[in-house]
Amino acid sequence: MRREARSVVAVESVGPYRLVRVERGTLDPGDPGQFFMLEAPGRLLPRPMSVCLASAREVGFLLDPIGPGTRALAALQPGERLSLLGPLGRGFDLDVRRPLLVGGGIGVAPLPFLSARLGRPPAVLGFRSQAHAEAAALVPNAEVVVEPTLVTERVPPDRDVLACGPEPMLVALARLVPRAQLAWEAPMACGYGACFGCAVEIRGELRRLCVEGPVLTSGDVLAPEVAAA
Amino acid sequence: MILNASGCLDALTAPDVARSLDAFVTKTVTPLPRGGNAPTRIAEAEGAMLNSIGLANPGIARFLAHSLPPLAALGVPLWVSAGGFAAEDYAEVCGLLDERAEVTTIELNVSCPNVASPAEATEEIVAAARAATSKRLFTKLSPSLPDLADVARAAEAAGTDGLSLVNTLRGVVLDERSLLPVLSTGSGGLSGPALRPVMLAAVYACYRATGLPIVAMGGIETGRHAIDAIAAGASAVALGTVLFRDPAAAARVRLELESEVVERGFQRPLDMRGVAHGSAGAMLSQRTKIPANSSKT
Repeated sequence: MRREARSVVAVESVGPYRLVRVERGTLDPGDPGQFFMLEAPGRLLPRPMSVCLASAREVGFLLDPIGPGTRALAALQPGERLSLLGPLGRGFDLDVRRPLLVGGGIGVAPLPFLSARLGRPPAVLGFRSQAHAEAAALVPNAEVVVEPTLVTERVPPDRDVLACGPEPMLVALARLVPRAQLAWEAPMACGYGACFGCAVEIRGELRRLCVEGPVLTSGDVLAPEVAAA
Repeated sequence: MILNASGCLDALTAPDVARSLDAFVTKTVTPLPRGGNAPTRIAEAEGAMLNSIGLANPGIARFLAHSLPPLAALGVPLWVSAGGFAAEDYAEVCGLLDERAEVTTIELNVSCPNVASPAEATEEIVAAARAATSKRLFTKLSPSLPDLADVARAAEAAGTDGLSLVNTLRGVVLDERSLLPVLSTGSGGLSGPALRPVMLAAVYACYRATGLPIVAMGGIETGRHAIDAIAAGASAVALGTVLFRDPAAAARVRLELESEVVERGFQRPLDMRGVAHGSAGAMLSQRTKIPANSSKT
């Protein structure tokens, strides 16, 4: 397990978010929903970011510059080197019949890569403002809702839901759709099972999200008695 | 000799990282299973991180049945970190580990800042563990003890074979917006570069106070940092927080250490042990080295 250094190609604004594009080289982008640990310049700990875009020449990460690490990553300049470790974790299961992508806020991040792999299925994306909703341009075939409308109001039945977003949205989807695939989020120091920092309640016990996830199922995240009912 | 700091690596999820070490130290094992603390469990500060994992572990019975066999199969000398809330807890864990040939060394975690401290003094815990096992015992001390050298002497008198210096220091990080503690437990254990001078002070003091081998941990990220620890009196170093960012750190630090030792006119790293103590250090340095794969018996 070894970090790779890659040149930054560009850092672009997408509404309030930033898309960090790096040269791919021999990098394996993994499966949609998997993530990399990105070394934020000047910070002690790397930051987990799911792959947003993967082309033959580039890999892209969408981030929300809200803390010291994400701000340092957003301030990267073209030509600077970025250290990455990955791909890590378990991504989305792509063996689905009627996929519907659901994203909330910065949770849109893994969906462009997922959409490309699944052949541009329909998507429902929710944002807290029109400015944030500019990120919807990254996902084809997307219906966009802005608060106070919630994505859960636009999810039709009998769809294979693949989602990423804030925890209340994912919990609501878990209750709505029994076998939804939900990309969860937690602070991580390592991303490879060493630090035990990313533990979340999975099937009723605290387990490492970087090992068991970040993509979980509805049954994983609901309390065991709810999941069984 | 380069180890990992307890709790900073899971050898079963990252076996290649464990194999890059001279010995692997497990997360602390307690008599009963512990789920650990609620999220959020980690936070970043300037030059440091905080953790509040809370000794999450499967408990000694499940550890012996399910974790130890695959750990032994890795082919890396195995140290087990033992923890508890009373001297008898340590004795129980040590007694059960004593029967297992796969375990070369037991490290007594008497200093975790994320759980209630054991009521007994370090000395009582070491004595109870010593009575329960003939395996080599290292005792991991907190740098927040005001009388660290005295505690180290007491641990030596009670039968510890070495010291692990240091555990984390208690710290708090507040959320940028809410100004509430980031960690669910409020405070957590501070590690990383900010801990390095604290580690050096502890190693320096305990080297003078005891004749024990010392594993130094606390912010060691480079060969130069390892040299500092050895000069202060360490006989081995352990990597912790740096492994989170750089899983390949052990091989890198080993190379940096070797070349730095040669540049400074020494042959082996341990030839530099205690040089920070001047001429007195040379006398003190006739000390044991730590073989990676032998228990005391």
